[in-house]
Amino acid sequence: MLEKISDQFSNIFRTLAGTRVITEKNITDAVEEIKIALLEADVNLRIVRRFINSTIEEAKGETVLKAVNPGQQFTKIVYDKLTDLLGDSRSKLELRGPDTVSVILMMGLQGSGKTTTAAKLAYRLTRNGRRVLLAAADLVRPAAVEQLRVMGKQAGVEVYAEDGEKDAVKVAKNALAYAKKQQFDTLIIDTAGRIHLDEVLMKEIAAVKKAVSPLEALFVADSMTGQQAVEIAKEFEEKVGMTGVVLTKFDSDARGGAAISLKTVTGKPLKFIGTGEKIENLEEFFPDRMASRILGMGDVVSLVEKAQEAIDQKEAEELEAKMAKAAFTLEDYLLQFQRVKKMGSVKNLLQMIPGAAGQIDEDKIDLDGMKKEEAMILSMTIQERRNHRIIGPSRKKRIALGSGTTVYDVNRLLNKFEKMRLMMKKVAKNKKYQENLLSQFEGRR
Amino acid sequence: MKLFGRNKQETTGSRESKGFRLFSLLSSSSLSDAFYTELEDLMVEGDMGVRLAVSVTEELKTRLKNEKTRDEAAARRILRDILRESLLTDSLRPDPDVLNIDLILGVNGVGKTTTIAKLAHFYAAEIGKEKIVLAAGDTFRAAAIDQLAVHGDRLGIRVVRHAPGADPGAVIYDAISSAKAKNSSLILADTAGRMHTKSHLIEELKKINKIIENKAAGCRLRKILVLDATTGQNSVSQAEIFHEAVGIDAVILTKYDSLSRGGNLFAVCRRFGLPIAFTGVGEGYEDLKPFDTEQFLDRFLGE
Repeated sequence: MLEKISDQFSNIFRTLAGTRVITEKNITDAVEEIKIALLEADVNLRIVRRFINSTIEEAKGETVLKAVNPGQQFTKIVYDKLTDLLGDSRSKLELRGPDTVSVILMMGLQGSGKTTTAAKLAYRLTRNGRRVLLAAADLVRPAAVEQLRVMGKQAGVEVYAEDGEKDAVKVAKNALAYAKKQQFDTLIIDTAGRIHLDEVLMKEIAAVKKAVSPLEALFVADSMTGQQAVEIAKEFEEKVGMTGVVLTKFDSDARGGAAISLKTVTGKPLKFIGTGEKIENLEEFFPDRMASRILGMGDVVSLVEKAQEAIDQKEAEELEAKMAKAAFTLEDYLLQFQRVKKMGSVKNLLQMIPGAAGQIDEDKIDLDGMKKEEAMILSMTIQERRNHRIIGPSRKKRIALGSGTTVYDVNRLLNKFEKMRLMMKKVAKNKKYQENLLSQFEGRR
Repeated sequence: MKLFGRNKQETTGSRESKGFRLFSLLSSSSLSDAFYTELEDLMVEGDMGVRLAVSVTEELKTRLKNEKTRDEAAARRILRDILRESLLTDSLRPDPDVLNIDLILGVNGVGKTTTIAKLAHFYAAEIGKEKIVLAAGDTFRAAAIDQLAVHGDRLGIRVVRHAPGADPGAVIYDAISSAKAKNSSLILADTAGRMHTKSHLIEELKKINKIIENKAAGCRLRKILVLDATTGQNSVSQAEIFHEAVGIDAVILTKYDSLSRGGNLFAVCRRFGLPIAFTGVGEGYEDLKPFDTEQFLDRFLGE
């Protein structure tokens, strides 16, 4: 895991973190690297250029040159600018009260994930107490109606469909009438995927939109989209018009530079991201997280903030000293678990680590294992926790019994812990490596 | 590696005009830095990826130097040569003497099921539709089986299917048995879209592959990866992981009618040696074209 963490950006910023003053020259170098990183994240070339030009102006300003820590100051300018660009106060759905039907229209290219997103959104809004009706207006792709029916069932939402009907406008109108009559307060209309250049289908979706006057017209875009994202979004915005964007397939390892392209071109807020195949895998959009992902630096800023909250300086120093002497005990180990808990779930934490997002497979994180280990340590006496070497066979049996595990598990924990202590001692002796790690983690130096 | 020599004014205008501008630049007597920047831009905007674009430019410079020429026609020819050398093709023609099994793979939403229908239509003209079997191996996505069944009905081609949620390996296994019994010559097997980052889905794919390989002794099994032309640099990552997992034989590029220029194919071909077989260019059954290198290069270079 650790080797994967050192992504490109972390490297750049680490290099910069070592210098106290940024010269114009090393801004230029970093800027060049940032351009490449943004392009590799699939941000549109012209947008990269525009963004970079304005960043250079800011970076050349006094704040950077006189800053206490130029490297971090520079990180912050890039990161803040991206966050500003992506952020939008309109990112919440604009729906009206229960006495009227709020219509949400989904649109996008084939395979961007409209049907899945429609169902996920229905599920989400239902859980927020809304009465949601899904309407199947994708009459082009074979079995699309059936797909929405199945997904509607998963979401526990009724699906309006007219089998055999070929006119999407008619279905949408009828669905709206049905929603009114049945007192639904929300209608989500799924539509056929269409290439932005297909005039007939673009006219159809514009007609659907006109017929039902949606409060939200959501453009569903694949987060893996490349340079063409700009042209695609432009066409949909000009020919149909949208109120917001949903980015799907965020469970890929794409850095999602399309988000920047889409936001810049349409000026419309990014509202949700799709993060998996399950019905609940639709999340709110956080501009700061997105900015770090595109930069390839994970949620480095929030990680730093959270870590600073959880570990105070003195504690950290004590821990360092213990590590150096291999005096790290099971008690300390337990403390680490509890800190991690304070920071939120391990999964969330991993997503925030630079380079770890998308690289680490959620399925491989042994959450149960962590719980088990915690239970075992909690079943130990304070003495045992402070000196694990006193734990013999009978103590092991007692610990296993107390924690609902087996002696084999206890042995495994003790072996693992012993190895960990050795490793820590090594790390602690290697000053350079340690400083690197700490400066990254705590924003020091 | 200096990518952006200067901070130029942002360029406007369509891609086409950019292509023309490129070669009007080529026609000027000396090939300046501006020319090379322009060239890199053209390739990056075609989704080639910035690092590859830079290295192609370097290669062009070297070759021009070696040939001691700065001539427009030479530069045009050499650039095209470099790009052409990266591209490999494969017609995917079925072997008439054995049972051919084409396993269609890819991430979610690239167009696997639609591509299978188009492939079936394409081969039906060649070997007869009664010789083709579709295997509904996407048992995961809601209504994916129905979608393939509708295509089968419309095309008059047999579909082997199980219930939703069934073991995809078993579906394809049955399709092979059925094809052998009925003397079919081609199985087009659908699979569920799987994100290459989900290790359990890749493991599942390996398992399916193993089942088929065991059952397909004496058959010609090919694994075909479907890539979406609108996808950016992630295509490379997809190709890498699928290729590593089961060994990909060829690539099909879908949604090529989006005007995306598919530059990510250069990296996919170059790094993994994978040939390209077809491009998908529309919603109709006939909208699947054998990959044409020269046409692809024309469009990539805006010629």
